Amino acid sequence: MTGEMIAFFILALVAICGGVFMIHSENVVHMVVSLIFTFLSIAGIYILLSAEFVAVVQVLIYSGAITIIMLFGIMLTKHDPKSEKRIAKSRILAVGTGVVAFFIIMFLAINKLSFKQQDVELYVHNVKKIGIELYSKYVIPFELTSILLLVALIGAVVLAKKDESEEMNEHE
Amino acid sequence: MSSLPLPVFLVLALILFCIGLFGALTKRNAVIVLISIELMLNAVNINLVAFSKYGPNPGITGQIFSLFTITVAAAEAAVGLAILFALYRNRRTVNVNEMDQLKR
Repeated sequence: MTGEMIAFFILALVAICGGVFMIHSENVVHMVVSLIFTFLSIAGIYILLSAEFVAVVQVLIYSGAITIIMLFGIMLTKHDPKSEKRIAKSRILAVGTGVVAFFIIMFLAINKLSFKQQDVELYVHNVKKIGIELYSKYVIPFELTSILLLVALIGAVVLAKKDESEEMNEHE
Repeated sequence: MSSLPLPVFLVLALILFCIGLFGALTKRNAVIVLISIELMLNAVNINLVAFSKYGPNPGITGQIFSLFTITVAAAEAAVGLAILFALYRNRRTVNVNEMDQLKR
């Protein structure tokens, strides 16, 4: 039992517990808060996989930005806790069976998988390597990503903005 | 060299993906459905990073792919929530079952 294994099992346990609590919780805010733990422990797993930069990005974007955006989404809309309970048992059973079948199939596929382990030193100058690769080999996808973010920004603003004509009708 | 084999990480990602799939299919609250989709995307990111270390061709490419995925996921969350707000303004509900305008 090495330190790496202990760290992995603690992080995996926290991640799965966060996900399960998200499924079982009644309160919507508790669901989002429990997911923060999942996102943070996934960041820890990235560090175990020697991807420090991705781990930092995960903490910034997922546990920071996306969680806050979802909390805003919850606070700006009205939530009826009773409506969550009115899900048909048969539906949960059907979906559960499907998900478990998917899990078993994928598990059987994963179980036998093994590659010859090669020595790579991804942790040496991780950020520098990512930067060089990003600006030499993946320049065009990188620039396209910036356009995608701009489109998403403008699209979100236009969609969430209150309609002028609608507002006029309300005043009349 | 590391003592943890590749399938351990893949199984963790699979469990998280299954939790996200179950949540996306059974929850009635549209915000929770969006969050479940984020969880599924995260599970895929774990796979990408794990293969970038232990895969047949280890290298930095997997980490760069996961960075692109995170960016697209963030954009998707923003646009999805904006659509949800527009829908909420018109229908006063976030329940997925009541969003059936296209079926009428």
